[in-house]
Amino acid sequence: MPDDIAASGGLDAYLPLVMLLALSFGFAVFSVAIAPLVGPKRFNKAKSEPYECGIEPSPQPVAGGGRIPVKFYLTGMLFILFDIEMVFLYPYAVAADAVGMFGFIAVTIFIVAITIPYVYEWARGGLEWD
Amino acid sequence: MTSFLAQAQEPMTRAEVLADDPVWLILIKVVALFGFGVLMTLFMINWERKVVARMQHRTGPNRVGPNGWLQSLADGIKLAFAEEIIPTSADRKVYWLAPVISATPAFVAFSVLPFGPQVSMFGEQTYLQLVDLPVGVLVVLAASAVGVYGIILGGWASGSPYPLLGSLRSAAQVISYEIALGLSLFAVVLYAGSLSTGDIVDAQQGGWFALLLLPSFIIFVISMVGETNRAPFDLPEAESELVGGFHTEYSSLKFALFFLAEYVNMVVLSGFAVTLFLGGYMAPWPISAIGDGYFNTGWWPVLWFVAKMLIFLFLYIWLRGTLPRFRYDQFMRLGWKVLIPANLVWIVMIAGVRAINTSTDVTTGQKVIFGAVAILLIVLLSLLIPEKRVEEDSGVPTTGGGYPLPPLDLEVPKLTPRQAALEREQRRRKRAEVGAGASTAGGSSATTTDGTGKEADDGNV
Repeated sequence: MPDDIAASGGLDAYLPLVMLLALSFGFAVFSVAIAPLVGPKRFNKAKSEPYECGIEPSPQPVAGGGRIPVKFYLTGMLFILFDIEMVFLYPYAVAADAVGMFGFIAVTIFIVAITIPYVYEWARGGLEWD
Repeated sequence: MTSFLAQAQEPMTRAEVLADDPVWLILIKVVALFGFGVLMTLFMINWERKVVARMQHRTGPNRVGPNGWLQSLADGIKLAFAEEIIPTSADRKVYWLAPVISATPAFVAFSVLPFGPQVSMFGEQTYLQLVDLPVGVLVVLAASAVGVYGIILGGWASGSPYPLLGSLRSAAQVISYEIALGLSLFAVVLYAGSLSTGDIVDAQQGGWFALLLLPSFIIFVISMVGETNRAPFDLPEAESELVGGFHTEYSSLKFALFFLAEYVNMVVLSGFAVTLFLGGYMAPWPISAIGDGYFNTGWWPVLWFVAKMLIFLFLYIWLRGTLPRFRYDQFMRLGWKVLIPANLVWIVMIAGVRAINTSTDVTTGQKVIFGAVAILLIVLLSLLIPEKRVEEDSGVPTTGGGYPLPPLDLEVPKLTPRQAALEREQRRRKRAEVGAGASTAGGSSATTTDGTGKEADDGNV
């Protein structure tokens, strides 16, 4: 219903937000672009090497398909699990009074269902960092 | 037509008033918000340096401008005229893009923060807020999540090990603490019944959520510090391990943009904390009672909002000046094993209390049963927490210097009586061979001076 969309703000309500986005984006792009123009240029081969506290730069970790510790991927996956839980909890929080006891029991079952793999993960040591 | 009439009769809602703003007013607000962000950053850098200096018995910056308050402005201008050094290993396009991605969403989050109630600006009725979205809370969360892209792309594009490690740490850290942060908002949304920041402030007229939902507030403040990568959780830029973290290879204004993004994020999250938990722009209690809420109208609330925000910003500085940096595994353990489970238990509890209180067909007996079940569940859950492992220490004992020592309870093995007798016999024979004059004196000395002989005698007695 178009009236409902209008009452809740509609997409027009986002216009000021987009304007702020445009201003800050413009400022950031301007800063990034102006920096090499106003700054001095004193070329030096040693300066443009990756910084490694003065020692010879090691072979690049990222350039040739280098490796990244797998713990970070695991953390990312856990994050997705919980982020989805979070996203599902917000609608319930907004409508909690309307759905009452039934909603609470449903959401509790949902939280328990997420908690079981979490406890399993904990017991298996997936949350230990090293 | 009917909706138009209905609108004319009822007082307009916050979102409707804001939607009526003419474009020039929106432009003024946009520029004012942007300026506020930049000014707060300049102020915050200086304030931080001064406060930390006082905590360390130094004076801090005091040369540029009155009392050194223009130091950060001078630093910013100087950065613009500094040479830009891009490492040869960098991925140029992404390297350029990363500071932009980092700085832009930081400012966007400002748009949903309510700075004040309805005021008249140049003859136009409006609220001191850019937009009041039905999903305002999610805008702030989304903005802080997009900011991670800037950090991780910046670290990756530098093509250097320290920035890469710093950016990975930062990404893992921000997503871990975002869960704790998001879950701590649940209770606020539940009690306000809305995701709109304006409604949340209005819902706190009866009392601040910080008092009503204290556990959520504590968790929010902890994860707020983790989310902005600030001390004691500043592991992505731990200078003792990673030089400068993700911005090691950045210089000139690109570095300044990362810096700006970090400080604007701090300001935004402080304002967010004020909005959610400290009653937003409304005056604190004794002042709010004066003159029938006079100080809650007009432009006064901006003062309260900024004052409350400064409390949180001071907290950031205080933490940095007081606490040492966490170790990475300790930090992740705090997030995943303390904040998240505590949050989940608290959420179920508060949702249950709310559901029971609002539903009419629940008797007192049922309430007691519910309470008992809840306590039972918490006890059962606490049994699942594994016991703390005691590390076994069966190695060689070491002193403080780390040098291994031989066992200190070393015993000389005793001789058997037969062995002792044979040894005595041998010695006697030897002495008899050496000379008869010393035989009587030698016999007594053999039992007293010789260690093994004495031991053997004791064994015989």
